[in-house]
Amino acid sequence: MKNFLLVVLAALLLTNAAPAQTNPVQDVLQSQRALIEKSSRRSIGPAIDAIVSSGLPQMQEVLEAWRAKDMWQRKSDGFFFAAKKNSDGTYALQSFDSGASVGDFAKSDLKQLKPNSGIRAMIATALVQFQLTDPDISKRSEALDSIARDSEAALLAPLRASIAAETDPDLLVRKIRLNHLMTMTYDADTASRVEAINNMAGDLGVDYRGTLNPLLSTKIEITDIGDVPDANIATDLRPGTENFSRQTAYEILVAAQLAPPEVTVDARDAALEANIVAGRVGGLPVAQLSTEIKRNAAYDTLVTDGLAAPRITATDIDESLAKHRFFEVYAEPSAEVTTAAKAALAKSQSRVAVSQAVDLGLDALSLASIYFLAAIGLAITFGVMGVINMAHGEFIMLGAYTGYVVQLFIPNHTLSILVAVPLAFAVTFAAGVALERLVIRWLYHRPLETLLATFGVSIALQQLAKNIFGTQARPLTSPAWLDGAWAINDVIAISYIRIAIFILALLFFCLFLFIMKRTRLGLETRAATQNPRMAASMGINTDRVNMLTFGLGSGIAGIAGVAIGLFAKVTSEMGGDYIVQSFMTVVVGGVGNIWGTLAGAMMIGGFQKGVEWLNPSNTLAAQTYMIIFIIIFIQFRPRGIIALKGRAAGD
Amino acid sequence: MNRSFIARNPSVLVFLALLGLFTLVVSVLSEGFGVGLISTSFVKTLGKTLCLCLIAVAMDLIWGYAGILSLGHFAFFGLGGYMVGMWLMYERTRQIVVNSLAEGVLPPTPEEIQAAIGNQIFGVVGSSEFPLIWFFADSLVLQLAFVVLVPGVLALVFGWLAFRSRVTGVYLSILTQAMTLGLSLYLFQNASGLRGNNGLSGLQNLPGVTAPQSAVSLWFFWASALALGLGYLLVAWVVSGKFGSVIRGIRDNEARVRFLGYSVESYKLAVFTLTACIAGIAGALYYPQAGIINPAEVAPIASIYLAVWVAIGGRGRLYGAVIGTAFVSLVSSWFTGGQAPDVNLGFYTIKWVDWWLILLGLSFVFVTLYAPRGMSGLIDLLVRKSRGEDT
Amino acid sequence: MSTLLEVSGVTVSFDGFRAINNLSFQIGPAEMRAVIGPNGAGKTTFMDIVTGKTRPDEGHVLWGEKSISLIGMSEAKIVRAGIGRKFQKPTVFEEQTVQENLLMALRKDRGPLAVLIYKPSKADLEHVVKLAEEIGLADALLRISGEMSHGQKQWLEIGMLLAQDPRLLLVDEPAAGMTPAEREKTTAILVEAAKTRAVVVVEHDMEFVRRLNCKVTVLHGGAVLAEGSLDHVTKNQDVIDVYLGR
Repeated sequence: MKNFLLVVLAALLLTNAAPAQTNPVQDVLQSQRALIEKSSRRSIGPAIDAIVSSGLPQMQEVLEAWRAKDMWQRKSDGFFFAAKKNSDGTYALQSFDSGASVGDFAKSDLKQLKPNSGIRAMIATALVQFQLTDPDISKRSEALDSIARDSEAALLAPLRASIAAETDPDLLVRKIRLNHLMTMTYDADTASRVEAINNMAGDLGVDYRGTLNPLLSTKIEITDIGDVPDANIATDLRPGTENFSRQTAYEILVAAQLAPPEVTVDARDAALEANIVAGRVGGLPVAQLSTEIKRNAAYDTLVTDGLAAPRITATDIDESLAKHRFFEVYAEPSAEVTTAAKAALAKSQSRVAVSQAVDLGLDALSLASIYFLAAIGLAITFGVMGVINMAHGEFIMLGAYTGYVVQLFIPNHTLSILVAVPLAFAVTFAAGVALERLVIRWLYHRPLETLLATFGVSIALQQLAKNIFGTQARPLTSPAWLDGAWAINDVIAISYIRIAIFILALLFFCLFLFIMKRTRLGLETRAATQNPRMAASMGINTDRVNMLTFGLGSGIAGIAGVAIGLFAKVTSEMGGDYIVQSFMTVVVGGVGNIWGTLAGAMMIGGFQKGVEWLNPSNTLAAQTYMIIFIIIFIQFRPRGIIALKGRAAGD
Repeated sequence: MNRSFIARNPSVLVFLALLGLFTLVVSVLSEGFGVGLISTSFVKTLGKTLCLCLIAVAMDLIWGYAGILSLGHFAFFGLGGYMVGMWLMYERTRQIVVNSLAEGVLPPTPEEIQAAIGNQIFGVVGSSEFPLIWFFADSLVLQLAFVVLVPGVLALVFGWLAFRSRVTGVYLSILTQAMTLGLSLYLFQNASGLRGNNGLSGLQNLPGVTAPQSAVSLWFFWASALALGLGYLLVAWVVSGKFGSVIRGIRDNEARVRFLGYSVESYKLAVFTLTACIAGIAGALYYPQAGIINPAEVAPIASIYLAVWVAIGGRGRLYGAVIGTAFVSLVSSWFTGGQAPDVNLGFYTIKWVDWWLILLGLSFVFVTLYAPRGMSGLIDLLVRKSRGEDT
Repeated sequence: MSTLLEVSGVTVSFDGFRAINNLSFQIGPAEMRAVIGPNGAGKTTFMDIVTGKTRPDEGHVLWGEKSISLIGMSEAKIVRAGIGRKFQKPTVFEEQTVQENLLMALRKDRGPLAVLIYKPSKADLEHVVKLAEEIGLADALLRISGEMSHGQKQWLEIGMLLAQDPRLLLVDEPAAGMTPAEREKTTAILVEAAKTRAVVVVEHDMEFVRRLNCKVTVLHGGAVLAEGSLDHVTKNQDVIDVYLGR
């Protein structure tokens, strides 16, 4: 009413000053002139409200100019204009009503309005309602972002109003969703709030859960015994229960100044120290105060002498607690809303749990593919040939470094990976053949010696890599199209690189099966391992077959190295991270059987992720438990998951 | 032990005499007592080397004689170190804490002392509570017992599981390596109660001892020499008799021993556990000389080096293990310590710090391929030659 | 005649292949028995089952007067119960002396602790010398067994078996790779042994079996084909078919 009178008054004044024109915008501004000039965050609210509620289309421009500190006031009459600085230092003023130029003025004739950041934020909120219907899509989208970021009741109406006119389908969806979310919190009608909550029950969105949670926020209220607070009660808390200890309850009473604070050990000691007189305190010599009992006794004497506040005993706490009741009370007054929200949140949470389980499964699968990838080379050299190659991890490292070096020369990441994969195979194949020729072939059927000699090679290779590439991690960057993740819903997401590794693992699995079962090399390899003499007498060049097979296993390790390097750090010690796990994978799966290796990788990956899920902060513990698990597993299946039976298994 | 044992094994006597002589010479030349030709830090290096020789003797028993290539004995070594380190750190911190609290107005209560020690020791891992495993840390006697008991029990449980399911050969090696990896990963966690990757430090300071490090280093040197002597004697005795016959039999043909009616698993377990205990003792003597122990010491690679030392020295001969370990670890610390002169090839300078490991790795390959008996094989050759010339 | 070892209805298969098929076999306390059969007849698997190396799918293996079941007992325990086995390939501990080999086999407490503090008594050493004389290695007591000839190793192994003082001796192809003179001696050792205990000899060589002069069991396809004296079984049409092929 007051505002209206002012508007009328201002209108009258203005009519006098400029009878020929109607200036509704200027009129509104003039009506709020005092508040605008005062420019205080506390009092500016009504002014902004008046500007917005005037419903004038030009007001968006006014608010934008104001926020950008481009609104100036003419000192002569106090009128507000949009101003632009000219090159000569004067300012060109422009009418908000007509958009017409009013003329150039010297700075001394004008006064700039400088809203502080608080006011600018309020202006921005006010602007949102204009932006919601802005013809520019990006502005509308921004407005939605801004509402979603910090919503308030006032924005609900303009949001709803803007839905009908929305043309962009994506934005329409967002607006409707936002409307639902805001209805839950801000709608005046409880029934429509409950309906909105129920409509979206079970939704996985973080925004949904983020809207529900504040609805369920509680605080603790204390009443005298026998009373019940007049509020939406969530729970009746009883001190001494699992979630509400007597200690906590008492502390709450202390904080509410309903009970005296306990005397802490520090406070007691401070009181004792303050009251030492001639080497004695509380009737005891200071030197005796080396136990809690003595100190308490001395303090109690101080209390009796009136020198210190009495200690709070268990009886005191009992008494205080017996006098009060504790309630958890919802901040939201409507019980219907909180009940609906609680049910909806529970539904969402159970669905989130399911999704998380699926996500965990995918994680486990991708870890399993990494283990499989790291182990598949071993499945050939160790599983099929029976050669213990402890330098296998270093071949993985060699492959990863090959990828790194290739990227130094070929900056295009896609191309460099395409080059790196065959090159890594070639490098590690050559390294494998060299190792086989120089060392391993002299040690066939002496597995312990092979193990030792390849340890030597492993130590040497690791140090060599350290000498060449240094100790810090080198990057192996994946192509841009492997960045990002495939999000199935708000919870389940799997990065493309992990999908790629999964596919690679699958490919290698098929390749392995193909080579071993369908090619001459596979046949000869199996023959040469099962009975070398017989194979040799049938014209198989076992020397050559062994060399090629070992090279193949090593080469695959090299490719695995490129893949692993894409998501893990490339260091000289990376091989060591995989060697034990790889051997475990092969052993647990069952030596000599690629299906076993697959099963072993799945089991180890699954187990490790499972433990991580139970104790997410600690991947180190997960690995420890995994190893314990493997040791126990071997008790029950010493030959692995898929074991060769009978005499073929040997002894 | 009887006379016939020593009589049948003159090499044991020779070894003990040489060890005694070595101890005497080092003592006389050391800073702590004698001439001062040998610095305190080098006395420590020598003392540590003796401890390494002791674990190598144990390694030789399990690998060279019983044929079990354990890649986990350094884990037992480390555990021994941790056990004695807990007492050293606790007791020393307690003394410091008591001294500093004594400056307060009120005499400290036991609770205050305990809390302050906890704060001092575990502040670095963001905790001040004493984990349960430190319950006995204030008792030297119990912690010393744990030096043997903890590795022993771990070896007993692990060995029982592994041998019972007839895991042999390389599979066992890999399994022991996995055990070591698991243990070191466990110790790396802050929640392990052993200060995570910070490990235990300040172990060179003996609580309540005011003697200078030059003297303390000699005490440990003597203790290490004594332990090595006794350990050598014990292992030599174990392998000399029928027990030695049986475990060598297990090494050469496990199934045959089984068909002689011996429970192979019990023998393996006995040897595994005994050597783990010896390793624990060696570790308990080693780490006070090193001053610090952290989980990296327990990492699988350490156990692999142990195998390397024994292999280079020559396995299946106790003096071989000692020679190999002493030689490789001393040469290794010479090379990696930066004392070795770099070799300038004109176009490239070989820095031994960088190239030593490569040399070691390759020489290991060489030894495995061409000299399976290691350095002691060379000694045998010389002995045989000189005997051949005598007769 | 009382039974020392009774195998009844034993079946074992590897990956679907039936190596032993409902086999039954008995032997008395002091008896010599030769087991013959073509390759793959299940001779070695039969021994594996008795000595606990392989676990049968069905059937019973009963031992001694008390008829203890051997199934599920560990190899070492079965040996300690009194069953000794000699493998096809001579397996002695090549890096150790003949004396050490024999001492190890001597019937004594086999627990690790007892072995650790064991000191050979005079009686034990004399027993070893006596055994060495029986197997003709008295002069070679302190030789490293790896340096000896193939035949000597075979005898040493038999000597080790005798040192165990088993009640049943399972001997797998003892005469393989021996000279005729060595064979004769082996036969003598075995015949002597069979006077006080049961001996089962698995052999290919018919001449050798004939010289043993004992009851013969013919195995085929994992089951007993015929049993009786050598002359009796060699006249059996089934046996002839199996050996000559149909």
